[in-house]
Amino acid sequence: MTPQLVIFLVLAAIAIAGAVNVILQRHPIHSAISLISVMIALAGLFLLLESEFIAVVQIIVYAGAIMVLFVFVIMLLNAGAEERTNMSRMARYAGVPLAIFLLIELAYQIGAAALSMTPQPLAEDVTRRLSMLLFQDFVFPFELTSILILIAILGALVLAQRGESVPAKGGPKTIT
Amino acid sequence: MNDTIARSILVVSLVKVVVLLFLVLTAVAYLVWFERKVAAHIQGRWGPYRVGPHGLLQPLADGVKFLLKEDATPAGVDRFLYFSAPLLTMTLAISAIAMIPFGPASIHIFGIATPLVIANISVGLLAIFAITSVGVYGVALGGWSSNSKYSLLGGLRSSAQMISYELSLTLSVVGILLLAGTFNLSELIMRQDGYTWGHLPKWNLLNPTFPQILGFFCYFVAAIAETNRAPFDLAEAESELVAGYHTEYSSFKFAMFFLGEYASMITVACLASILFLGGWLSPFPQTPGLDWTRYLPAGVLAVAGVALIIHGVRYINVFGRIALPVLGVILGALSFLCSQPGVIDDIQGPFWFLAKVLFVLFVYVWVRWTLPRFRYDQLMRFGWKVLFPVALLNVILTSLAVVMRK
Repeated sequence: MTPQLVIFLVLAAIAIAGAVNVILQRHPIHSAISLISVMIALAGLFLLLESEFIAVVQIIVYAGAIMVLFVFVIMLLNAGAEERTNMSRMARYAGVPLAIFLLIELAYQIGAAALSMTPQPLAEDVTRRLSMLLFQDFVFPFELTSILILIAILGALVLAQRGESVPAKGGPKTIT
Repeated sequence: MNDTIARSILVVSLVKVVVLLFLVLTAVAYLVWFERKVAAHIQGRWGPYRVGPHGLLQPLADGVKFLLKEDATPAGVDRFLYFSAPLLTMTLAISAIAMIPFGPASIHIFGIATPLVIANISVGLLAIFAITSVGVYGVALGGWSSNSKYSLLGGLRSSAQMISYELSLTLSVVGILLLAGTFNLSELIMRQDGYTWGHLPKWNLLNPTFPQILGFFCYFVAAIAETNRAPFDLAEAESELVAGYHTEYSSFKFAMFFLGEYASMITVACLASILFLGGWLSPFPQTPGLDWTRYLPAGVLAVAGVALIIHGVRYINVFGRIALPVLGVILGALSFLCSQPGVIDDIQGPFWFLAKVLFVLFVYVWVRWTLPRFRYDQLMRFGWKVLFPVALLNVILTSLAVVMRK
């Protein structure tokens, strides 16, 4: 076993165990922490593929920004442990078979695909090539996405302010 | 053959990690001493004075005290998170320093030349930002898992603050990335080599294309907020929240938070020096008229050594009368070593780097003991309505300047 394979197995095990743990944990904060460990294990896998930029961006965006907001909201709402119920009829007769079907299909497709097991050397200067792609070749879809995100932010603001008057100048005197 | 090279590189890296860890922990301990001394002198006090001459052994006493105090765990805490939060804070803060290059020259360990940096990776700057962005969890989870109102409020405040100021922090360095075109910290420093009009160094702060003065302002302010220090230390505002997120932490778990805070202070100061102040580059051009500046490291050490000896022999107690002159003699020996032909060129980089870092750290301490704490709404308004637009403006102006230059 090469050291790369050992590291891969460890990281993959962490990722899978974390993903399963997200569902098994009853407290939202613990689920969020498990999800963060999945993100960081994925970043490690990217590092193993010698794409440092993607690995670091994975940590900054997912572990450092999105999941921080998750944790922040869970703390702010002080969400307690969730209750366990028996599966609903819908979940039992439609959800479980569909999930199993999806799993089989994914396993089959991955098994059928001719994937090389040796890491391919990456081209030089990945970061520059990536930014060329983003800001030259695909600049229109990229800008379109940012407008979409802006609209989503505005929508969230409107929803949050519904039924409340606009706060007076100087901002609301609340502590959070 | 290939295998032995890989193994020796691993050993050399391990040696560097251990040495740097030791140096950083010592530096953190003495940074606390430095801060207390500077604060005391700003306020017309003496500061630590009893443990060792001029309180020089105070960090040791503090460390022993942290280790020996009772480690109380309050009832109702979430044990796993309560224990892992301080560990996370300290580990992340210290590991960020692995990316910092301390000088241009290589040192020799077991006959293998190795640069003065542990991890010289192509995306070094981003990696440091990634580590600081994950550092929020230590504070947030520490506050949440303590099962205390004050801790929770402190943790919430702190995470909101860190999320808000992280944006400005990251945006403030985009100007530099536009000018340099690389994420690698060593290359970022090399791009700042040279002198405008023969004398003014081409540091990013004084970049001839577009001086990064706005960027430096944003970086500096955001970095204070990011490390949770006054005037942005809302996370632990004593007068409102007892101690904020670490209210329920005692003994060594508190010390870990403390170490983490000061270690991230060092990281942030190192980054300020690398990004804006030219890192290890000397502020003096190497022209024949300014050749004497090469002897500055030796000179500074010699002056400090002589001052210590003169002051030490008249110190109020016997221990100081022995310890301070001995310290002075050691500094004098180091000064002699630094003026030797083989060493003098190797010492330039680390000397200027450390001088700049020390200067930035001094300003941090100075700011902390000069400005009063912001109110929470002021903090948020300043972060989002002043700092963020200014950082954005800096990006736009810099990109315009770069395009015009082409």
